[in-house]
Amino acid sequence: MVTSRQENINPTRSPALGLRLLALIFLSIVLMYVDNRDNHLNSVRKAIGVAVYPLRVAVDAPVRFWSWLSDSTTSRNELELELGRLRVERLLTKARLQRFNALEAENARLRALLDARSRVRDAVRVAEIMSVDANPFSHSLVINVGSRDGVFDGQALVDADGVVGQVIKTGLLTSQAMLISDTDHALPVEVNRNGLRTIAVGTGQIGSLKLPFVVNSADIRAGDLLVTSGLGGVFPAGYPVAVVASVTRIPHEPYANVSATPAAALGQVREVMLIWSAGAQGNPAENSPAAGHVE
Amino acid sequence: MIQHNAMPRRTVIVTLIVGLLLTIMPLPESLDPFRPDWLALLVIFWAMQLPRTWSIGTAWIIGLILDVSQGTLLGQHSLAFCVIVFITVRFHLLMRVFPLPQLTATVFGLLAVYQFLLFWTNGVAGTHAASTVYWGPVITGALIWPLLVMILSGVRYQDRSGN
Repeated sequence: MVTSRQENINPTRSPALGLRLLALIFLSIVLMYVDNRDNHLNSVRKAIGVAVYPLRVAVDAPVRFWSWLSDSTTSRNELELELGRLRVERLLTKARLQRFNALEAENARLRALLDARSRVRDAVRVAEIMSVDANPFSHSLVINVGSRDGVFDGQALVDADGVVGQVIKTGLLTSQAMLISDTDHALPVEVNRNGLRTIAVGTGQIGSLKLPFVVNSADIRAGDLLVTSGLGGVFPAGYPVAVVASVTRIPHEPYANVSATPAAALGQVREVMLIWSAGAQGNPAENSPAAGHVE
Repeated sequence: MIQHNAMPRRTVIVTLIVGLLLTIMPLPESLDPFRPDWLALLVIFWAMQLPRTWSIGTAWIIGLILDVSQGTLLGQHSLAFCVIVFITVRFHLLMRVFPLPQLTATVFGLLAVYQFLLFWTNGVAGTHAASTVYWGPVITGALIWPLLVMILSGVRYQDRSGN
């Protein structure tokens, strides 16, 4: 206190500090308002995002290095075992695919008979998940592709077993995606067995979703597979989402308590597939080696 | 006393980068809600140590960078940072003479204000999160504060003797 009085100008006590605070608070509120409303600030976000990119790479590098190290020091024996396992798996998958091709042809014929629009194959691209923690307020992950690779906001992410989430913030080099388990995430699904349509909402727990709008009398039971219905316009139809874990019907309540377990390994995925469905915006990176098509 | 003319700019930048790295470093799912707000702690520390050169504008920009790296609303962390820096700069002389337990309690309060501002802006914007997301970092942040002060004071002392 004594030292502050000895000085002529003390910026820490001047009214200018309070004024500057007010100005900055005002600026923050304007920024938040605009950012919440529209996408006008995407370019600002992208510009700063490029500056953050080296840090993300730096954080990701040790994990990547560790997995590279463990890959390159695996014994020959283990590699052979792994190779054998993969060969068997490939054989099984191919065998299943043969049947699937026939079914697809049959499906196209039936659709033609019904005059329905035939389904177009979706373009996909594999993206790696960076070991970077993002937003503490939501279930999200960071992937190593951005608008440079044709990624767009709202793009669907799947892994080998099912839907993982969707892109919410597209950067130039990296993007942030929201998992389906986030409390703010809702996904239009249908029961694969009978086509019952409903909505799967995240619970904030990585291993469970809830279906809040299933009426008590609906035909749904534990073990039912839920697939995307394609109604929201974000996710292409037909990708597995979750398996119904439990159905509790409470008399006098309009809706049943239904919880489901996500099909994708949300907590453990290292690689995801981005989907460009037909008619969606964006431009699939066809020329990249990782690009392909979902059969 | 602390020299105000010699701003250890390099030290500050290095600590902030380390803080940001710690903020985006992956943690196990169970520990994640208890990650301290490293940048908030650093911003408080440097505001206390360098109240003249450390402007709330700098804190605001750091907040903006954090907003981008976390994918939160632009301006959310900026707002919280410039408010806690303002409080710290106003009371820095008082805080410097506080014994460590009292200072830690003050930091606890500042972190609570910081988290409340985030909670409030999240509420207005319609983002929902569990309450541990807000309370965990306040508690771990206050617990880690004495350690941080010890480390950073060492860094600063070395920095000055180097000048």
